[in-house]
Amino acid sequence: MAQEVFVVAYDGTDWNVVDFAVNRAMKEDARLLIVHVLEWSPYSFLTIEELVERHKTRQQELARANETILKPILENARQAGATADGEVRYGHVVDLICSEAKEQNATMIFVGRSSSHSTRMFGSAA
Amino acid sequence: MIFDRKTQPIVLGALGLFFASSGNARAQSLDESINEVIGAITTPFVKFIFSPLPGTDIPWIVLWLVVAATVFTFYFGFIQVRAFRHSIDLVKGDYSRPEDAGEVSHFQALATALSGTVGLGNIAGVAVAVSIGGPGATFWMIVAGLMGMASKFTECTLGVKYRNEYPDGSVSGGPMYYLSKGLAEKGLRLPGRVMAVLFSVFCVMGALGGGNMFQANQAHAQIVNISGGADSFLYDKGWITGLVMASLVFLVIVGGIRSIARFTEKIVPFMAVLYVGAALVVLAIFYDKIPWALGQIFAGAFTGLGIAGGIVGALIQGFRRAAFSNEAGVGSASIAHAAVRTNEPITEGFVSLLEPFIDTVVICTMTALVIVITGVLQFDPQTGLYVWNSEAGRVATEGGLTGVALTSAAFGKGVSWFPYVLAVAATLFAFSTIISWSYYGMKAWTYLFGEGRRRELTFNTIFCVFVVIGAAMNLGAVIDFADAAIFAMALVNIAGLYILMPVVKKEMKSYLDRLKSGEIRKTRGNDAGGADARSGLRA
Repeated sequence: MAQEVFVVAYDGTDWNVVDFAVNRAMKEDARLLIVHVLEWSPYSFLTIEELVERHKTRQQELARANETILKPILENARQAGATADGEVRYGHVVDLICSEAKEQNATMIFVGRSSSHSTRMFGSAA
Repeated sequence: MIFDRKTQPIVLGALGLFFASSGNARAQSLDESINEVIGAITTPFVKFIFSPLPGTDIPWIVLWLVVAATVFTFYFGFIQVRAFRHSIDLVKGDYSRPEDAGEVSHFQALATALSGTVGLGNIAGVAVAVSIGGPGATFWMIVAGLMGMASKFTECTLGVKYRNEYPDGSVSGGPMYYLSKGLAEKGLRLPGRVMAVLFSVFCVMGALGGGNMFQANQAHAQIVNISGGADSFLYDKGWITGLVMASLVFLVIVGGIRSIARFTEKIVPFMAVLYVGAALVVLAIFYDKIPWALGQIFAGAFTGLGIAGGIVGALIQGFRRAAFSNEAGVGSASIAHAAVRTNEPITEGFVSLLEPFIDTVVICTMTALVIVITGVLQFDPQTGLYVWNSEAGRVATEGGLTGVALTSAAFGKGVSWFPYVLAVAATLFAFSTIISWSYYGMKAWTYLFGEGRRRELTFNTIFCVFVVIGAAMNLGAVIDFADAAIFAMALVNIAGLYILMPVVKKEMKSYLDRLKSGEIRKTRGNDAGGADARSGLRA
């Protein structure tokens, strides 16, 4: 039987959701896929300078997200004993998390919330 | 680098001379002095560009644009018709590769290029065209817009194909690069280099003229118009409006306050939609006159309906204003389109051909229809001709208005408060166009003088000074210089396009064959929302 996959939507601040997902994954012997989404719409408006520098900016954004957001949380999850991979993706967070889950045949999706004041069930990442 | 930095003080010296001259003429208003001094400097250049073909009244430069647009249309087999649907699909993102999410999309390149193109040419320029060329100028303007789509397709494909990509990921593209690199490929290294330099010189002038002075001039005109006309505090004080605009431009292009530019970029598309919406409202109010107005446009195109120069006069004005407005053949837009991330340069050509359509066939036509339908042009029902004001050299208009004031009066006939909205739209259009052209001009400047913060600052300072000059000068002098500078760019650019058009044809054929065979397919549906890229850390 193939290993189960759990997708975790991680916005860079909510370590609790990752900790929770790590515990669940270890119990179920599942693989974690931690996804950080950089919000992006191909229909947004850019100034001409942003246009010509976009490729450079994108490289910097990806490097920063990998280095400062994904790498620390992955190290943490792996040190805790979980099998974990990570991805940084551009697009709309809800659509991408759902498509990632479908693509990976994931059995669970974990989403966190960034504010303790939030009353929404699935918080900011939802 | 073409010129060393020692030559730059010459330009600044010329500006100093101008201010010294204006100081001598204290009896005149500052606006009049500016008009006199700058007008004297620009007149020989304007005369050369608009000199007629021997034995005719047709300026050779207008024919140059018309012939080019016609040649490209036939050479590429009416690509503007054949690829119209595919262009829209590309803009929608139907063919975007998922791994390119986060890069510049076709939509973004088109929107940014359009914000540089949709300016006061669409509002004020069209008013000038129909007041000098009569309603018939509208017909020729639409024809020029449709044909110009092929010119834009050619130059923007080349802009992407021959752009420079730097190690840090930034890109530089545009006619300077395809003229030098493209012609070198054809064994014409030296002519290519000379043409690139010439283009850059004209691009700097175009940035100062059409992309700056004309915009500032007409934004000021509309502000005066709504604040009391001749009784306005700002009447005859264009330099005040110019100083305010120049300060804002300076904050963006020198001070790096990008939030102002960002705000403008976001609001301009909505203003454009609002403008077209308002035009539709006015047309709905005067719906019973629509068949009459269309009749006037067709009749005027082939008879002139009383304007000086008849059909030729209408044709010249139509083509002149269309080229000024949509910049097809001018080469400017390819500088913006070159930023798109694609392995298929031709796709950006397809996308860019929508630009003259939106700018001229839709927006300019709306302006022209509103002006014709509301009757602000004086028409003699007995003769069936328009009343010609030979002293002003145009059709007699209500209140003797021209430029943006004429458009404003026409919109005011439908919706009384619309001139206020128009003033906001005009100022924003002008501002976004000025910002875009400051970039085009700066790219040309650094191509000539070399990259460097100090060199950029020199150009940006000169550019801001010209905002003040443009706002202060009278319309006739500004419009002539603006047109002449823009057309001078087309002079060099189109010559290069003729030499390089086989390159575009080869790209086009290869792409269309692969599209037909199914090798190139739509990607939408394979991912979420068509926006997807991944950079991962795997175990």
